[in-house]
Amino acid sequence: MRSALLVALTLATVLSAAARAEVAVTIAYLEQQVERPPTLSNLEPVPEDLGLAGAALGVEDNATTGRFLGQSYALEVQVVPPGGDWRAAALRARAASDVLVVNAPQDALLALADMPEFADALLFNAVAQDDALRDADCRANVLHTIPSYAMRADALAQFLGKRRWDEWALVVGTQPSDEAFAAALRRSAAKFRLEIVDERVWAYDADIRRNATQEVPLYTQDLDDHDVLVVADELGDFGRYFLYNTWEPRLIAGSEGLVPRAWSPVVEQWGAAQLQNRFVAMAGRPMRSEDYAAWAAARTVGEAVTRTGKADAASLRAYILSDRFELAGQKGRAMSYRPWNGQLRQPIPLVHPRAVSALAPIEGYLHERSELDTLGLDAPESGCDRF
Amino acid sequence: MRAHGVGLIAATALLCGAGAAAADGGEIWVTNEKDDTISVIDVDTLEVVRTIPTGERPRGITFSKDFSRVYICASDSDSVQVMDPETGEILHNLPSGEDPEQFVLHPDNRRLYIANEDDAITTVVDTETRQVIAQIDVGIEPEGMAVSPDGKIAITTSETTNMAHWIDTETEQLFANTLVDARPRHAEFIKDGTELWVSSEIGGTITVFNVADQTEIAKIGFEVQGVHRDRVQPVGFEFTADEARAFVALGPSNHVAVVNAETYEVEKYLLVGRRVWHMAFSPDRSLLFTTNGVSGDVTVIDVAALEPIKTIKVGRFPWGADARP
Repeated sequence: MRSALLVALTLATVLSAAARAEVAVTIAYLEQQVERPPTLSNLEPVPEDLGLAGAALGVEDNATTGRFLGQSYALEVQVVPPGGDWRAAALRARAASDVLVVNAPQDALLALADMPEFADALLFNAVAQDDALRDADCRANVLHTIPSYAMRADALAQFLGKRRWDEWALVVGTQPSDEAFAAALRRSAAKFRLEIVDERVWAYDADIRRNATQEVPLYTQDLDDHDVLVVADELGDFGRYFLYNTWEPRLIAGSEGLVPRAWSPVVEQWGAAQLQNRFVAMAGRPMRSEDYAAWAAARTVGEAVTRTGKADAASLRAYILSDRFELAGQKGRAMSYRPWNGQLRQPIPLVHPRAVSALAPIEGYLHERSELDTLGLDAPESGCDRF
Repeated sequence: MRAHGVGLIAATALLCGAGAAAADGGEIWVTNEKDDTISVIDVDTLEVVRTIPTGERPRGITFSKDFSRVYICASDSDSVQVMDPETGEILHNLPSGEDPEQFVLHPDNRRLYIANEDDAITTVVDTETRQVIAQIDVGIEPEGMAVSPDGKIAITTSETTNMAHWIDTETEQLFANTLVDARPRHAEFIKDGTELWVSSEIGGTITVFNVADQTEIAKIGFEVQGVHRDRVQPVGFEFTADEARAFVALGPSNHVAVVNAETYEVEKYLLVGRRVWHMAFSPDRSLLFTTNGVSGDVTVIDVAALEPIKTIKVGRFPWGADARP
């Protein structure tokens, strides 16, 4: 029996060695750095390797799996400083791989996707949340691992709707990202039949840190009656000073207070703790949403290569958009890509700095296909016709 | 009067006898991951009779073959604790590698194969010399552990790499790595070690392998009425004594599936507590105890009737379970 088993084992080893083709996969990471407007608080500086560290961890995770299958993974990094030559860096990245994880704002991403050299490439958008990229401005060669503004806003609206906190006052900052998130919040309020009873812009340009207790009560005193004060302040500039300083005792949500995010250091269930530990060990800091999205992009590539044995952009894209593809993303459910606009379906944690308060989709919001499709642009809503 | 006294003594002896027989039903030991305790359930009374402190974040639990020792993975204490089950005293810690999650005791009753979840390693420890014999590189987040009945093969499943890793226990080296669906959680050998079953939590399946050549011979899917398939997540499972049936914990669907181990068909779904993880049979295999992580309780299932009969409150986040006579 023992010798028979050994023969069987040896044979199996030989067979699996013969059957496995050596596959070497290079993923290019391409970043367009942007000037970030100053914020009042310096409590959370933006890490220099935001996004990149996630992609690096994803490639490392892929490599650990790959070594059992004769697959190797490498990351080619191109980072362009503000005002640098985006096109030249893009071509260098393209020379290294036809599969790219991109950390760039919408304009740079679209310019990249429309370069003829990238027509057959596969791009993963790991930072741009703009809804237009999942709508009329979608591109067939761009998939999105970062949730859109619409997905985040829908997650928050589901939670507030479930709590019956139906009337919102909305305060919007002056940055373009503030207005983009605010637009998504207005759309979500309509979608889930909630009401924005009052809305105003926060354009206060003095340092509010010393006088928030004087200014914020006055600013919020004459808002119409509301259940929740929703703040669109995506850079984290002023919203933090609203907490506990509103005229009425009201909860704050949106960009501050209770925040819908792709990822946060407080996510610890569903195997998340292990991912957080691996990330902290590698990067020396907590994992943020952009890191998570870049990790998910790299892991998507690894999963598709593992299951298909192929590494070219066309084969990977076909498999990733098929209903056979599944990614375990440590958020409690299998994740997959929407075939109508290339967005990664995923649960959205609603977090505050100390815990996850809820995980959207919230129970009770139903969908004929997947409850995850109650978040963001569903097939009939999306104006994307490139897929 | 005197005769009456004798009668009373006889009756008392009879009662004691009945009591002793009832105590033979044994105990179920459940680790409470978020309480750092073990809840001991008396199989006869179906009540928690002892609560024993452990190291941090206890998960995997297993008794030695003679039940004189109980091994506990204290994940956040980075050790496997060896406890005297009579006194509840921790006798010593075994060098386990970091973050031990699950383990399996080799039929030789000495070697413990431990999954080190944070380190992508399987550690083999000699429980007598308390030495690490081998550390084997496996995939990311190793979790499920199994050993074949003849002791020749050990299995580690890795949750992020999505593989079953096959270890030759003679050389302590990998000899095969087989892909399964996403997030494999648990593995068991059955049918004299000719079949290996591996559950995939996110994939929602159990893959059945032919052990001789490591090929897939069946894939079992699950469908709980009124629950979206995303939430039907197979985790722990156990077989009846005759191996005719498997009971499969389906995580946040809050059900246990009853699977025919010959046809691989699901025969029935039983409603249990919330986020059901693992399970253990009573020593006579007439009752099954499932750990329900989110609701913090244990569901008792009548194995013959295929009915849940009782819920027992235990500590926070019950995880692993094992039985002793």
